[in-house]
Amino acid sequence: MIDIKNISKVYLLGDNEVRALDGVNLHIDKGEMMAIMGPSGSGKSTLMAILGCLDVPTSGTYTLDGESVEKLSENQLADIRSRKIGFVFQQFNLLSRTSALDNVMLPLTYAGVSGRDRRRLATEALQKVGLGDRLHHRPNELSGGQQQRVAIARSLVNSPAILLADEPTGALDSKTGAEIIGLFQRLHAELGQTVIYVTHDPFIARHTARVVRIADGRIVGDEVIEHPLAAGTPRPSEQALTENAAAAGVAAPAVEPAAAPPVAPTPAAKTAA
Amino acid sequence: MNFAENVRIALRALAANKLRSALTMLGIIIGVGAVVALMAIGTGATASITQQVQGIGSNVVVVFPGKLRRGRAPTSEAAFMYYTDYEALLKNLSGITGIVASYQIPGETVTYGKTSVTPSIVATTPSYSQVRSATVAHGRFITEGDRSVRARVAVIGPTTASNLFAGLNPVGRTIQIAGVPFEVVGELTSKGASGFGNGDDIVILPLETAYDRLLGSKAVVNGKREVTDISMSAVTGDAVNDVMVQTERIMRRQHGLKLTDALDFTVLSQAQFLSALTAITATLTVFLGAIAGISLLVGGIGIMNIMLVSVTERTREIGLRKAVGARQSIILIQFLVETLVLSLTGGLMGVGLGWGIAAVLSAANVIQARVTPNSVALAFIFSAAVGVFFGIYPAYRAARLRPIDALRYE
Repeated sequence: MIDIKNISKVYLLGDNEVRALDGVNLHIDKGEMMAIMGPSGSGKSTLMAILGCLDVPTSGTYTLDGESVEKLSENQLADIRSRKIGFVFQQFNLLSRTSALDNVMLPLTYAGVSGRDRRRLATEALQKVGLGDRLHHRPNELSGGQQQRVAIARSLVNSPAILLADEPTGALDSKTGAEIIGLFQRLHAELGQTVIYVTHDPFIARHTARVVRIADGRIVGDEVIEHPLAAGTPRPSEQALTENAAAAGVAAPAVEPAAAPPVAPTPAAKTAA
Repeated sequence: MNFAENVRIALRALAANKLRSALTMLGIIIGVGAVVALMAIGTGATASITQQVQGIGSNVVVVFPGKLRRGRAPTSEAAFMYYTDYEALLKNLSGITGIVASYQIPGETVTYGKTSVTPSIVATTPSYSQVRSATVAHGRFITEGDRSVRARVAVIGPTTASNLFAGLNPVGRTIQIAGVPFEVVGELTSKGASGFGNGDDIVILPLETAYDRLLGSKAVVNGKREVTDISMSAVTGDAVNDVMVQTERIMRRQHGLKLTDALDFTVLSQAQFLSALTAITATLTVFLGAIAGISLLVGGIGIMNIMLVSVTERTREIGLRKAVGARQSIILIQFLVETLVLSLTGGLMGVGLGWGIAAVLSAANVIQARVTPNSVALAFIFSAAVGVFFGIYPAYRAARLRPIDALRYE
């Protein structure tokens, strides 16, 4: 239900043409859980902006749920974002000095939903992410993981067709990050909307069923993951250490996982040709 | 999304940073307070002058030396009026119920025992009581008899009485005017002191007594006895104009002025006098209001400054709002409403401040200040206009932010 054909995004920096995206083609089915992975500067953020209707491509077509959206005005894009898209950001982007409930109600306010319904839907969303007892807490009274959960509740409150998550665990420690990934997986199984991670981290990407790799503005890989990692799986380097230590009969020391772990394929993943 | 919802969003945003909102409003509060207070002072001054002039009595025509130019104080380019002018008018004017000649005695001290005061001292004729509506509370007014024997008697105003006698009955007591003893024969009723000057701080003497017993050669000019003003009361309001015409004709003849010569005296009806004075105070009021308006303008610039800073600081928030579906117009309205709430609330508090200042000034008898509904409405409209005008640009900036850039703003 997402169909991107030959999308390019070109910026003019002085006399130079910068092609952030160059002839990208992508098809995503309804209900897929997938990742778009690439290093910084690869164009993944630009692609996410276009997918999320935050920006329009310079050329190419984008069909969302049968609607052609590449040439829409800013107002029309705002309406689509309101109805069809939910965002989760690395920096949470919650309104400060505002309660969790008010934060989650925000998209509904812009969608014109009445006060009572707003309250009900927001409360339900917060309960779904496990924060039913913290409705009136403000962001500065919540931990990082809790704030991200509020953001996830906000992204789901208007029942969007697509959920776009931009490095959702980037600002969290590995344990909390694993909880968040687990929450995403649980909600996806329960509600079935299309979920797209945008990340540079292959380990995170492998928690989904499909990894699309992007570099220099082009798609360079599209891999189906038959057995996505379960949330809470330790990173490969940590696992390797634990295995070796167990074999040697020594308890493994607590290890801080490396920021950018080497891409070691786990035995569970099979690479599609 | 309806308007009430927009207002609620704006209020929530303002409440999230109360200190900044309060400080931003301060400029408007002071500006509006200044406008309201200063216009109240001006209005009060106009009202008190009106009251004083009206206290003179209606149907009154006044002649005094020199030319009165509109909007300015009368000049005294060596112009004089004489006792003989008074006699000519007394003999020839028709359609009047009374005529008074007065000589204002400048700067003499009035003493009782050890107390000295410097009230206004007016040497005049008995018709003063009728023409100028001065009534006696105790004792009597000066009489024709006093004039003919040059009696050393005086009638004093209530403020002078309380300043000199501190509650004692002044009638029958002797005061010294420039060293000359005078018996107090009466005390006037209060004319209501308000605004500039005090009409109750006055001493009235018989004109001829003053000439002969007090002033001597001081009141003689060009070989003739001088008077500082002559007033008459016309029979009816309609007769006022005719009296003025007659007066001018008689005075011209007295002063040897041909029809083409410029006048060296001015004839004014009370109505004209009033309008000349109120023109002065009205100009003053407008001037004061304009000065205060400048401070309001500065307050508006302050609001715009803060709103621009606020927009920059909240760039990511704006990006987020857009990401979850806010249209450009909604963002524009939100920030515009925030500015309006600031300016209108500040305006409201400013009106309260101005009203308070006016009340304090009036109570302390510094000056009677009157807050008019007009000035309140004006101040309010002004603060709303300031809000819209200075809020549009920041709101526009906020609305035009590109969501994708705004979200990444550091």
